[in-house]
Amino acid sequence: MPQPLNYLKETASQTAGPYVHIGLIPAMAGFDIFERNFSNVLVTPNTKGERITLEGKVLDGTGTPLRDVLLEIWQANAAGRYNHPADRSAGALDEDFRGWGRAGSDFDSGLVTFETIKPGAITDKAGRKCAPHINVWIVARGINIGLNTRLYFSDEEAANAADPVLNLIEQPVRRKTLIATRSERAGKVVYAFTINLQGPEETVFFDV
Amino acid sequence: MNAQAPAALRDPRLNSPEPFTPPLGDGGFFQRDRSIHPPAHAPGYKSSVLRSPRQSLLSLENSVSEITGPVFGHNDLGPLDNDLIRNYAKDGDPIGERIIVHGRVLDETGRGVPNTLVEFWQANAGGRYRHKKDTYLAPIDPNFGGCGRALTDETGYYYFRTVKPGPYPWRNYVNSWRPAHIHFSVFGSGFAQRLITQMYFEGDPLIPICPILTTIPDKDALDRLVAPLDLNASSPFDSLAYRFDIVLRGQRSTYFENRTAGN
Repeated sequence: MPQPLNYLKETASQTAGPYVHIGLIPAMAGFDIFERNFSNVLVTPNTKGERITLEGKVLDGTGTPLRDVLLEIWQANAAGRYNHPADRSAGALDEDFRGWGRAGSDFDSGLVTFETIKPGAITDKAGRKCAPHINVWIVARGINIGLNTRLYFSDEEAANAADPVLNLIEQPVRRKTLIATRSERAGKVVYAFTINLQGPEETVFFDV
Repeated sequence: MNAQAPAALRDPRLNSPEPFTPPLGDGGFFQRDRSIHPPAHAPGYKSSVLRSPRQSLLSLENSVSEITGPVFGHNDLGPLDNDLIRNYAKDGDPIGERIIVHGRVLDETGRGVPNTLVEFWQANAGGRYRHKKDTYLAPIDPNFGGCGRALTDETGYYYFRTVKPGPYPWRNYVNSWRPAHIHFSVFGSGFAQRLITQMYFEGDPLIPICPILTTIPDKDALDRLVAPLDLNASSPFDSLAYRFDIVLRGQRSTYFENRTAGN
């Protein structure tokens, strides 16, 4: 018998369930309890960067929007720097940007929105430029372990074409599932996205 | 009926961990062992059928996008956030068995995960959630919200006070009942450690027949979600206590420093 390694095992995931709002966004469950609440607005008036709205839906295998899903996003600031000590890149920190938010889908339409800024490009360990992107984590009733995906930006064609993660996706047609589409509406920049849990246009999900 | 055996009896290190130095490396998290997690597609839990990806997940080496994650502080919390007996009380205490839930957030090397946000939510003692979509006939408790949160201390320890949730029926089979449980959301230091799970109570006869719990293919992994009664931590003439340790993925250090950020 070799020596035991004695690592602990990760705790098993369980679904967030249909009432995830109670714990994570209680106002959506219909009551007010905390003095401070987390939300889908990542920006303050002082945050640096281009204001954008992310707007999208998560669709099940029949194409029906999930109306009880919760998304979290994690992103770099406008200078491409994450607000975390493990990011030792050169971009300046923005004290008015934590870079994280969460949103529940609308109980009727399934629409999910975030108010944030467009992140800057980051550099990976190998020194390669990575296209600007937003990391997304998805939980809901019926999702047994949180799903990780990313959103890239339709107006970053050259950067997307060179991005090392997008290029890991074997079928170019599947890369499109991660691209949010830019438009302008009433003077606001909106990026629209669709996350398909199944089907011919199933979104690429990552084992991170 | 080993399914109800408490986690502490199976892996003593969970309650008295002997941490060891994480391996040097690239700062990435240990590869997730998906064999101890429920599969996305678990037909016995019917809601998973249309909500489970069918393509393979694309394996991604951890980059700065995965090893970083949001940092929270005491400014994000209020003073009653970890006291579910008081944080929604209007004209008295909530109905139910008073309990303390406590434990540590560890990583796979046995080290405590400090200053990390732990959020929890649950049904009331009758099995009813304070949620506009919950229509179970058990009554709402006017003095119980059912959610709270805490930051772990420098050793990874957290605790909160609440009432024991009740079991409740749900639409899976016509007579499916959830065992009493508390939902947990935990962050860790990097976004790739993000985890949502559920804690169950030692001795609950609904545990071995729950369609959600039994999606977990590994029996030991299932048992580790069952919190033992911790009489030593109970408060005499006040509250019983249950102990629930949570293990997040371990992380390699980087070559540039001995300890990873936040650990």
